[in-house]
Amino acid sequence: MRKSSSGAGLRWHFGLPARPRLKPRLQAQACSTLLLAMIAAGCRQDMHDQPRYKPLAASEFFPDGRSARPIPAGTVAIDELQNTDPFYTGYTGNDPANFMDTIPTPITAELLQRGQERFDIFCSPCHDRLGTGHGMIERRGFKIPADLDSDRIRQAPPGYVFQVISNGYGAMPDHRDQIPAADRWAIVAYIRALQLSRSATVADVPAQNRSQLGVQ
Amino acid sequence: MPQFFSRNANSVARLSLLGIVGAVGALACYGYWIQGSHYETRQGEPREQPVPFSHDHHVGGLGLDCRYCHTTVETSSFANIPATKICMNCHSQMWTVAAELEPVRQSYRTGKSIQWTRVHDLPDFVYFDHSVHVRKGIGCSTCHGRVDRMPLTWQAESLRMKWCLDCHRDPAQFVRPRDQVFNMAYTPPSDQLALGKQLVSEYRIISRTSCSTCHR
Ligand code: HEC
Ligand code: HEC
Ligand code: HEC
Ligand code: HEC
Ligand code: HEC
Ligand code: HEC
Repeated sequence: MRKSSSGAGLRWHFGLPARPRLKPRLQAQACSTLLLAMIAAGCRQDMHDQPRYKPLAASEFFPDGRSARPIPAGTVAIDELQNTDPFYTGYTGNDPANFMDTIPTPITAELLQRGQERFDIFCSPCHDRLGTGHGMIERRGFKIPADLDSDRIRQAPPGYVFQVISNGYGAMPDHRDQIPAADRWAIVAYIRALQLSRSATVADVPAQNRSQLGVQ
Repeated sequence: MPQFFSRNANSVARLSLLGIVGAVGALACYGYWIQGSHYETRQGEPREQPVPFSHDHHVGGLGLDCRYCHTTVETSSFANIPATKICMNCHSQMWTVAAELEPVRQSYRTGKSIQWTRVHDLPDFVYFDHSVHVRKGIGCSTCHGRVDRMPLTWQAESLRMKWCLDCHRDPAQFVRPRDQVFNMAYTPPSDQLALGKQLVSEYRIISRTSCSTCHR
C-alpha cells in the first residue's frame, strides 16, 4: 500500500502502481475488503471483554477499584446468626471459657481422612505432618509452635483446639476464612488421631494389618 | 463518444479479483497462524507482578499445597487469588523488612487490594469451571504445567478451543487418580490409557463436546 498525492487530494492505492486512472470500482472493492478485514479484527475484543466482571476483576466504577464489594458495616451475615451455635464457636452456653469437650459431628473414617487432608494443607507447613512443630516454615524462622502431642494440648478440650484454628493463638494466624467450620472439626478429630498414633504400640494395630508395618 | 475503458481493463479486473481472493486467503491464513502462535496466546511468557511472588519458592521450596492459597479451586468455578491476609499469615513474621514485600504490608495496613496481573484470561464468551475438572481427576499440572518451578507465573498451554476439545473428546489420555490432582510431580504411568479408561468409568466421566458446554 502506498500513499501518493495526485489529483485533488490525498489518496490511497492498493498494491497496483500509482496510476491516476485506477478505476473507481476497483478502488471500492479493495476498500471494502480492507474494511471487512478491519471489522473482523475489531469485533474480536468486544466479545472477548464483555461488560461484566470476572471474579475479583478490577473495576473502574468503584473508587477503591474492586468489583468484589466489601460487606457494608453493620451487615448481619447469615452465619452470624449462628454465633451462638457451638458448632461455629467451639464453646457452649455463650461462655467463651466453656469449651466443648466433644466433637459435634459423628467421627467416621471419612471425617478423619478429610481431617488428615486438611491438616496436611493448612497446618503441616508450620506444625509438620506429625504435629511436632518442626514444619518447613518454622525451619525458615517462624516461631516454633507447641508440639500438638504435648500433655497440655492432649488434655485441652476439642473446643479449645477448634477455637485456636478459628481465632489463632499468639504468633499463630487465624484460619477462619481459609477453613470452613466443618473442616475445622475434621482437623480437630484428626489431631486426636495423631496424638493417639504417636504413643501407639504394635499391640494397638489390628492383627490383620500388622504385616503392613513391616513388624511382627 | 471516446472509448471509456482501455483495452486491458477486462484483464485488470479479472486479475485484481483473483488478487483479492488470494489476499483474503492469505490474510485468513496469517490470522489463523497468528492466533495460534505463542505471540498471540502469550504462552510461556512470565508476567510482571506488583510483588515478585514465586510459586517456585512457596510451592517447590516450602511445599505449600495449592489449596492453602487457591482455597476455592475444589468447590467453585474460580480458583481464587489469595487475599493479602493469607500472605500475612507468614509474612507478618517472616521477611518483615524485605522491600519486595512492601506492597503486601501496605495492602494489609490500608486495606487496598494488591492488583495482580492476570495470567490466564479466557474470552468472556467461554465458560470454564475448576471444580468439575478437579473432581474428575484432571491435575493442575495438566493445564498449568509445572507451576512449582515458576519464579513468575506464566501460562503453560494455549487455552485455544482446540486444546480444550483435544481433551474433552478423549479425557482418558489425561485423567489421574483424584488424590494426585494437586501433585505437581505426577508423571502418568506407561499404561495411561488403561488407567484412564478405568478412571473414566469409575469417575463417570462424560466426553463433553457440545457447544453449550463451554458457550452458554
Ligand atoms: C504459619 C504457621 C502456622 C500454621 C499454618 C498453623 N499454626 Fe498452629 N501454631 C503456630 C505457632 C507459631 C504456634 C505457637 C503460638 C505461640 O505460642 O505464640 C501455634 C500453636 C498452635 C496450637 C497450640 C496452642 C496452645 O495452646 O499452645 C494449636 C492447637 C495449633 N497451633 C493448631 C494448629 C492447627 C490445627 C493448624 C491448622 C489449621 C495450625 N495450628 C496452623 C503456627 C502455625
Ligand atoms: C502462597 C500462596 C500460593 C500457593 C501455595 C499457590 N499459589 Fe498460585 N498464585 C498465588 C498468587 C498470589 C498468584 C497471583 C500472582 C501470580 O500470578 O503469580 C497465583 C497465581 C496462580 C496462577 C495464575 C493465575 C492467573 O492470573 O491466571 C496459577 C495457574 C496458579 N497460581 C496455580 C497454582 C498451583 C497449581 C498451585 C499449587 C501447586 C499454586 N498456585 C499454589 C499464590 C499461591
Ligand atoms: C506458609 C507461609 C507463607 C505464606 C502463606 C506466604 N509466604 Fe512468601 N515466603 C515464605 C517464606 C518462608 C519465604 C522465604 C523463602 C525461602 O526461604 O525460600 C517467603 C518469601 C517470599 C518473598 C521473597 C522472595 C522469594 O520468593 O524468596 C516474596 C516476594 C513473598 N514470599 C511473597 C508472598 C506473597 C505475595 C504471599 C501471599 C500470596 C506469600 N508470600 C505467602 C512463606 C510464606
Ligand atoms: C482443565 C484445565 C485446568 C485445570 C485442571 C486447572 N486449571 Fe486453573 N485455569 C484453567 C483455565 C482455562 C483458567 C483461566 C480461567 C479464566 O480465564 O476464566 C484457569 C485459571 C486459574 C487461576 C486464576 C483464577 C481463575 O480461576 O481464573 C488459578 C489461580 C488457577 N487456575 C489455579 C488452578 C489450580 C490450583 C488447579 C489445580 C487444582 C487448576 N487451576 C487446575 C484451566 C485449568
Ligand atoms: C485435560 C483434560 C481437559 C481439558 C484440557 C479441559 N477439560 Fe473441561 N472437562 C474435562 C473433564 C474430564 C470434564 C468432566 C466431564 C464430565 O464428566 O462431566 C470436563 C468438564 C468441563 C465442563 C463442565 C461440563 C458440565 O456440563 O458440567 C466445562 C464447562 C469445561 N470442561 C470447560 C472446559 C474449557 C473451557 C476448557 C479449555 C479452556 C477445558 N474444559 C479443558 C477435561 C478437560
Ligand atoms: C471444551 C470447551 C468448548 C467447546 C465444547 C466449544 N468451544 Fe468454542 N471456544 C472455546 C474456547 C476456550 C474458545 C476461546 C479460545 C479460542 O478462541 O480458541 C472458543 C472460541 C470459539 C469461537 C471464537 C473463535 C475466535 O477465534 O474468536 C467460536 C466461534 C466458537 N468457539 C464456536 C464453537 C462452536 C460452534 C462449538 C460447538 C461445535 C464450540 N465452540 C464448542 C471452548 C469450547
